[in-house]
Amino acid sequence: MSGRVLVGVKRVIDYAVKIRVKPDHTGVVTDGVKHSMNPFCEIAVEEAVKLKEKKLIKEVVAVSCGPQQVQETIRTALAMGADRGIHVEVSGKDYETLGPLQVSKILAALAKKEQADLIILGKQAIDDDCNQTGQMTAALLDWPQGTFASEVTLDADKLKVVREIDGGLETIKIKMPAVVTADLRLNTPRYATLPNIMKAKKKKIANVKPADLGVDVSSRLEVLKVDEPPQRQAGVKVETVDDLVGKLKEAGRI
Amino acid sequence: MAALFKARRALDMAVGRGVRCLSQLAELPELHQIMRQTCKDYAQKELAPIAAQLDKDHKFPAKQVKELGAMGVMAVEVPESLGGAGMDYLAYCLAVEELSRGCASTGVIVSVNNSLYLGPILKFGTEEQKKQWITPFTTGEKVGCFALSEPGNGSDAGAASTLARQEGDEWVLNGTKAWITNCWDASATVVFATTDKSLKHKGISAFLVPMPHPGLSLGKKEDKLGIRASSTANIILEDCRIPLGNMLGERGMGFKIAMQTLDSGRLGIAAQALGIAQAALDCAADYAHKRTAFGAPIGKLQAIQFKLADMALATESARLLTWRAAMLKDAKKPFTKEAAMAKLAASEAATFVSHQAIQVLGGMGYVTDMPAERHYRDARITEIYEGTSEIQRLVIANNVLKEYQQ
Repeated sequence: MSGRVLVGVKRVIDYAVKIRVKPDHTGVVTDGVKHSMNPFCEIAVEEAVKLKEKKLIKEVVAVSCGPQQVQETIRTALAMGADRGIHVEVSGKDYETLGPLQVSKILAALAKKEQADLIILGKQAIDDDCNQTGQMTAALLDWPQGTFASEVTLDADKLKVVREIDGGLETIKIKMPAVVTADLRLNTPRYATLPNIMKAKKKKIANVKPADLGVDVSSRLEVLKVDEPPQRQAGVKVETVDDLVGKLKEAGRI
Repeated sequence: MAALFKARRALDMAVGRGVRCLSQLAELPELHQIMRQTCKDYAQKELAPIAAQLDKDHKFPAKQVKELGAMGVMAVEVPESLGGAGMDYLAYCLAVEELSRGCASTGVIVSVNNSLYLGPILKFGTEEQKKQWITPFTTGEKVGCFALSEPGNGSDAGAASTLARQEGDEWVLNGTKAWITNCWDASATVVFATTDKSLKHKGISAFLVPMPHPGLSLGKKEDKLGIRASSTANIILEDCRIPLGNMLGERGMGFKIAMQTLDSGRLGIAAQALGIAQAALDCAADYAHKRTAFGAPIGKLQAIQFKLADMALATESARLLTWRAAMLKDAKKPFTKEAAMAKLAASEAATFVSHQAIQVLGGMGYVTDMPAERHYRDARITEIYEGTSEIQRLVIANNVLKEYQQ
């Protein structure tokens, strides 16, 4: 057991920003728009740092894929307590088409290279809502996975994961090395302290290219069009259940 | 080409050494941006939602002060060896602005602890004094205060009538200090008292007094117009005895310590005023988008647009002055004139912007449902404490005239 945890952090448009679709409908406006760390990735970093503080793991490595700007996201993870960072350089068209399959290939390659025992990711990113990277990474590595984690307990080489599922809570036990994806209630991410922000300056961020990891980032997906969701129409109030059934029949719904 | 490259390298090395340069007014260094964002997140999530209630209850935000202490914000400039964050003054100004944007009272509590209490001890204290009076005050568990003003003199700081006489191995202090921010929540104070009346302002000395302490009592909490979550009261000294080792700096150095401390303190207040101005602008601009009149959002009306433009201009101008003064201080260059300009500009911006914000909100600006009325009340004090606007003008004028000395 190396005691090393890989945490994926994604740079996304800040949750509070009003999203605008580009006039040519090829995507959303990102230029000059405020970006920050994906909230679920923050929770993932917090969980990793907590495990380190409990001395259950030895090192937290924050990883992000993207252009130069993602270094800021990695730096934020370092300020929260990660030990070092890895910046996988992907830019231009490759970055625009970068998706869960390519990222999971990159993470799988890094996990092998760094001999990681555990990968913690956010359950999904708030921009694409894919909820795939964790699952794909585990499959590529043939590792067990504990997704939608609301509680993680580490004991030697086993993980007890409480998962938030549709029916309620499911508790599973998985053997390390494993992949865990963080759900909302796993923890409350800490505010970086000023001394830690200062320390983050000295922590190392290594630069790596996908080709160095033997990963091809070309996408098999093509975005045809991006549109705003349709404007919400006003509803109709009815007096009785019979009226409701009548209206639904009229609309061809039943 | 080679010359350009050399110049660029020199600049990079200078920036690397932490020397501030004007290009950083254009964009803050990465760490400062992260720090600013952290404080902004904290202020928006933890301070803004409770600010109105803290104001109504006149309640000291003890829990939040402890959390800020854990973040290092209560002792930004204090070196890590003493328990602080070890960051520079620009970082401190950014922190105070963002916190004040959430809650102006919390902003002043942070500012007084950093600039007025820890500041002079850091600069003039002995190593022993620093360990005793600084380290416990970095965590947010304890806060300090600064006792210079008296009922009989505010701007006229040289006329301190509080007396200190030596009796054996003790100093005995007698007198009353007025308008002391934080005092009901403080565990120590820096007090200025006259040790040699004949020397006038050169006869004032600075002392460190723990709180509570026999001979030190507090007057009633003032019922203020604004920043109500921060306590303000008189400190009454009646034969208050402290060890000789509690003198800060040399005998007679008090006035100099006070003036130098206020020079930096005024940047903290400038930052607080900026936070209030920004919060008021946030409120007004948001309202301008949402409120409709004459068939459209009021933000479409030129009268409102001109107001918002003037408000944004006043705030941004004051902000740049504040950053510049902070950067000069960090570069150990003279910054008295710039600090006075920053405080003057920022405090007048705060009162102007919060006044106009109420105007933009109309009737809604006058009721407690919206924060505009609280910003208006909070802003007013920034033109008065830590050097009135009139004093700032004197400081600026003196410096200008000196530059043109015949």
